[in-house]
Amino acid sequence: MQTTAHRFTEKASAALADRELQGMLQQMRVHVPERRQAAVDALPEFETLRDRGRAIKDHVIANLDFYLERFEAKVTAAGGKVHWCADAAEARDTILGICRKAGARTVTKGKTMVGEEIAINAHLERHGMIPVETDLGEYIIQLRDEPPSHIIAPSFHVSAAQVADTFLEHHTHLDPKRPLGDIADLLSEARGILRSRFLAADVGITGANFLVAETGSTVIVTNEGNGDLTQTLPGVHIVLAGIEKVVPTLEDASTIMRILARSATGQEMSVYTTFSTGPRRPEDPDGPAEYHVVLLDNGRSAVLGTEFQDLLRCIRCGACLDHCPIYHAVGGHSYGSVYGGPIGAALTPALVGLEKSLDLPNASTLCGRCESVCPMRIPLPKMLRNWREAAFDRHLMPARARWGLKLWAFLAKRPALYRRISGAGARFLAWRGGKAGRIASLPFAGGWTRWRDLPAPEGETFQARWRRERGGA
Amino acid sequence: MSGARAKIMDSIRRGLHRGAPDEAARAECEARLARHASGPIPARGQLDSEGQVALFAKMAEGVSATVERLEGYEDVPAAVARYLKANNLPAEIRLAPAPMVAQLDWSSQPLIEVTAGASDGSHKVGLSPAFAGVAETATLMMVSGPEAPTTLNFLPDHHLILLPRSRLFGAYEEAWARLRAGYGEGEMPRTVNLVTGPSRSADIGHVPQLGAHGPRRLHILIVDDEAAPER
Ligand code: SF4
Repeated sequence: MQTTAHRFTEKASAALADRELQGMLQQMRVHVPERRQAAVDALPEFETLRDRGRAIKDHVIANLDFYLERFEAKVTAAGGKVHWCADAAEARDTILGICRKAGARTVTKGKTMVGEEIAINAHLERHGMIPVETDLGEYIIQLRDEPPSHIIAPSFHVSAAQVADTFLEHHTHLDPKRPLGDIADLLSEARGILRSRFLAADVGITGANFLVAETGSTVIVTNEGNGDLTQTLPGVHIVLAGIEKVVPTLEDASTIMRILARSATGQEMSVYTTFSTGPRRPEDPDGPAEYHVVLLDNGRSAVLGTEFQDLLRCIRCGACLDHCPIYHAVGGHSYGSVYGGPIGAALTPALVGLEKSLDLPNASTLCGRCESVCPMRIPLPKMLRNWREAAFDRHLMPARARWGLKLWAFLAKRPALYRRISGAGARFLAWRGGKAGRIASLPFAGGWTRWRDLPAPEGETFQARWRRERGGA
Repeated sequence: MSGARAKIMDSIRRGLHRGAPDEAARAECEARLARHASGPIPARGQLDSEGQVALFAKMAEGVSATVERLEGYEDVPAAVARYLKANNLPAEIRLAPAPMVAQLDWSSQPLIEVTAGASDGSHKVGLSPAFAGVAETATLMMVSGPEAPTTLNFLPDHHLILLPRSRLFGAYEEAWARLRAGYGEGEMPRTVNLVTGPSRSADIGHVPQLGAHGPRRLHILIVDDEAAPER
């Protein structure tokens, strides 16, 4: 995917003005965190499982080369093939090569964020193949030619009415007067259309939630069953996975499974968790004849040994998005990168470069909710702060922000001057706020006051009040 | 792309500030793999057999699956007939070609047309044996093989499952142990599907709906068998 992460401010403004989107985000703010909390409360071992999950991933990261080698050996022993790809272009060409060899015309796809990362659909299309997304959310946004707006709910931003319009526009072989008012009608229609696509596909591409070194298995987790039809029906199954997805054993995968679904959707367990090992066996009645695993690095190994290493623990559950006040306000598209929300803000600079995603580490209030819900206990706020520092150190910040920070630093080192100036500021704001105590517009702060009022201080700084009430500085 | 492989390995080792893993590190990882120790096991599933059946049924209800308890395999055909009738389905069923299913005597249900094999999408109702069940979350472990086509788990609208009570466990880890006992350490059938309820999606309008791509209904027959079936 082409990143537009440098246009965050502009896109966020548009999202704030989009009333339909705001309505859907409003719903999310309340219900999604409630569902997760209920699932967490129902499992007393949840926190212990988080600790164990983190320890598993840290062990793997410290021995990543060992486990990847073991995984490859087991895949090969099971009759599959592992393809190592250092970057997105290599992965695209590898996949294209496999599809060509299979003489593929249509390629069905289960949901894969790595597929978005390497923009595989456009590549296959350019070479005359038809990629068909089969996850319902992915299918909807593919028809609408939009990027995903959430890691696990890619069509989160699309309302049911918009889905109906999209189906009317694209499913032109069906009666234009058919009823599409019910969600059940829409679901049935998509099920019917995609069923024929599954059966006709030549190659199926899925992502992977885990790679199991012990057995050489790849694991997908879905609720719809689309990933399973994608990988079972065509003659060729391609798994596309980042190198950080490997875990040692089936037990390790089980531990992480327990925290994944609860963090992602508030389910006790997703409907389908499927372990695939090699192609179909000679005696099997169904399954693909070829099995390929494309292992993608694309910037991941470069994160090892840096202050961003913990990002490799991420299991892409989406909980940090679901609990982020910034995501709640501006939605996923504003981030302009494949991965949005706090994980996207922390990961994108590592994958595409800080200079192309300068706004993202700043798209956070550092409130800490993401870290508190992250099943892998990734210190996301600390990482965003690290990126901000890196941006300052590398002189990547806009002049106005640098100038502002320098001015603040100058004042902060001179307490007497700081007190005098901030006191004057507080008195000015109190005067502007008037009786209501709120300020609807302010010079230099239009970006803030356009969407909310600024609460006016009560005419005194915190320091002044502290001195007055507690006596002494 | 062997060039890429070397490049990625180099980059990983550079990041980890070391060369290839030394003997000690290898031995530690090998030992960890061989132990395949379990993580924390939720207490909720650690019950006696009756308790696990009750928990399984409760969790199944929570994910919109239905459960029926049968005294023996001889009761299966009648249960299938009742299910087809109650849901206004044609008197046809596609069976997995497994011994557990093949041994069923359908002579009491002459009207039901019984066929066996994989599915090509034309079957409305399928019946497969589960390798194991996990009470913790009402999860079924389905394994692929000559006796159990994977297509049958996904293509029919209605999926009926035979779960021998002796194969109902408390936690996933116990089911993995049983699988290792049948297939060997580090070995897996081509496909293991952990199935928890019928297919669902909330991708349209954020409203959960059943029957996205896989079965719309999942009906589980827990059979009180005397002893565990062969592998
Ligand atoms: S950073 Fe944590 S919360 Fe966010 S997607 Fe990754 S694992 Fe989930």
